[in-house]
Amino acid sequence: MNARTKTATVIRSRAERTPGLTLREAFARAVADLATDDRRIVMLDAEVGNSTRADIFEEAHPDRYFPVGIAEQNMLGMAAGLAATGFIPFPVTFAVFVAKRSLDQIRVLIAQPRLPVKIAVGYTGLMSGMAGKTHQPVEEVTIMRAMPNMTVVNPADAVEMHQAVRAIVAYDGPVYLMVYREALPTLFTDDYRFELGRAVTLRDGADLALISTGPQSGRVLEAAELLAEEGIDARVIHVPTIKPLDDELILTAARETGFVVTVEEHSILGGLGGAVAELLAEGWPTRMRRIGLRDEFGASGPNDALLEKFGLTPRRVADQVAAYLVELGTSSRMDSRSAARSGDRTPGR
Amino acid sequence: MTEISIGRAGAPADPGLLREMARRIRVELLKTVAHAQGGHVGGPLSAAEILATLYFHEMRIRPNEPDWPERDRFVLSKGHSSVALYATLALAGYFPLDELRSFDTVDSRLPGHPDMTALPGIDMSTGSLGVGLSAAVGLALGARLNGDGGRVYALVGDGECHEGAIWESAFVARRFELDNLVAIVDANGLAQFGPAADVSGDRRGPWEPGELEDHWRASRWHVIQADGHDVLALVAAFDEARATRGRPSVVIARTIKGKGVSFMENRWYWHSRVVTPDELALALTELGEAA
Repeated sequence: MNARTKTATVIRSRAERTPGLTLREAFARAVADLATDDRRIVMLDAEVGNSTRADIFEEAHPDRYFPVGIAEQNMLGMAAGLAATGFIPFPVTFAVFVAKRSLDQIRVLIAQPRLPVKIAVGYTGLMSGMAGKTHQPVEEVTIMRAMPNMTVVNPADAVEMHQAVRAIVAYDGPVYLMVYREALPTLFTDDYRFELGRAVTLRDGADLALISTGPQSGRVLEAAELLAEEGIDARVIHVPTIKPLDDELILTAARETGFVVTVEEHSILGGLGGAVAELLAEGWPTRMRRIGLRDEFGASGPNDALLEKFGLTPRRVADQVAAYLVELGTSSRMDSRSAARSGDRTPGR
Repeated sequence: MTEISIGRAGAPADPGLLREMARRIRVELLKTVAHAQGGHVGGPLSAAEILATLYFHEMRIRPNEPDWPERDRFVLSKGHSSVALYATLALAGYFPLDELRSFDTVDSRLPGHPDMTALPGIDMSTGSLGVGLSAAVGLALGARLNGDGGRVYALVGDGECHEGAIWESAFVARRFELDNLVAIVDANGLAQFGPAADVSGDRRGPWEPGELEDHWRASRWHVIQADGHDVLALVAAFDEARATRGRPSVVIARTIKGKGVSFMENRWYWHSRVVTPDELALALTELGEAA
């Protein structure tokens, strides 16, 4: 077993997973803190600073905060120009406006020249303050994954967000950073170390691997704990960097468990589920299922109701996984595992 | 490094030199598109005096140090006129003239649209109409934050001004009072195709008379009108822009698409068309150049 697949010791116990800062607040504070010493950092806000908490940055560095109006296309292009003059711009607005309306600016002015623009998006996933399907960017990862040169980061909690911001500032290239509004249970202890491009095993397990990203990873960890009560030993892998994907950790999990389920607050078409499917199809063909939105848009409603509707609560995830295991049959699962253990196929080595 | 071309802004212009550089830009770009058997023709020809005036008079640049941080910057928002910019940069000494022959070949530093990661002297990658001006707004703000006195020039097409993104950028540049930003509209009045005109075989322009100026004035930019083929008028326009404080300037440069070659002038179909060897020979003769 690869050392990195061992259960991370940096995960809080269930009782300690109390809500921390909201991810948006953690994001804005982290950028503001870094900007104190790094004069290259500037923030552009498309008139949603109170919602994305760009206002925290504005208060700390008013001379480097630019309210660019409800004009997202210009904002992304402007960020490219600032990057070309030596700055590290954080254009901030809601994901739907970035991932679609400003896509051409991102493509031609940011991704093609590989400029260090750090695009930070609020209203990511389903949790868009009851704004509904117009504001739920359920295809954002698909779009941004397909964009050459783009790195896609989706932190799970405030601890990880803080570190991810440091890492993406240090990285010399374009980044799409997903920033949730909510105060979510804190998964990581302060000993956690985020690395760009590295996934992390939240829980070890041998029966199957659950792979998730962003705050959904916390709910998946809870789902694994529910499954444990039913005698199912699920490994949980959190993927904070969706692109580039941590191929090694995921392939290892597939080899060792023989069954993979991805879970995401996003369309299963081309998102994390798509990325994992592409990897496994070529690297280690493995039975898998994808949990998420199925070629459909989101809906209006409170967060809990949305998670319930789209099968993303811990209970709903656990139930779906248990049903998949029945569908597969224990024997086929065991066959797959024993084949994996025989070690006669070692793709990528 | 020595400055082989530092901005002569404010100094007396040499109109003879600028006219000759515009002529040579036309010669080189026509040879280039004829050699490549592709690329745009009419729009690059209409921009020759604008580029000559910027690169051989107005802009503060160092062709032998293209990444000089304090330089003035140029954004070819109408990126499909790349061949005119390539000819200008080669003539200014950014790269050898011979390299123009690689235009539009695979792995060339001179692709169909300008690529800042490929060619020294390209300050911003462009190509999709409407996006270049937004990058210029960021460059201008960046120059102001850096306090280096850098000015930014963006060449946009009059047809390109149909794009909504142009007007987002116009609004934001005014909001931040970017008086180090100058947009030049290459107003050749033809765009690519346009609506059919009353006269059979003719096409109508992208804007009604005065309409484009009204749009820029409504965005509260300082609007300067100039004959885009008169180098002294362009010099004066850039002087006026530099003297304008508190808001960006736009030079509405009235031009003729295909300018300099009689059979290409004001012919919409010369927007993009293969130049045959015979046509090239005729064109070079008209431009006073042996084929």
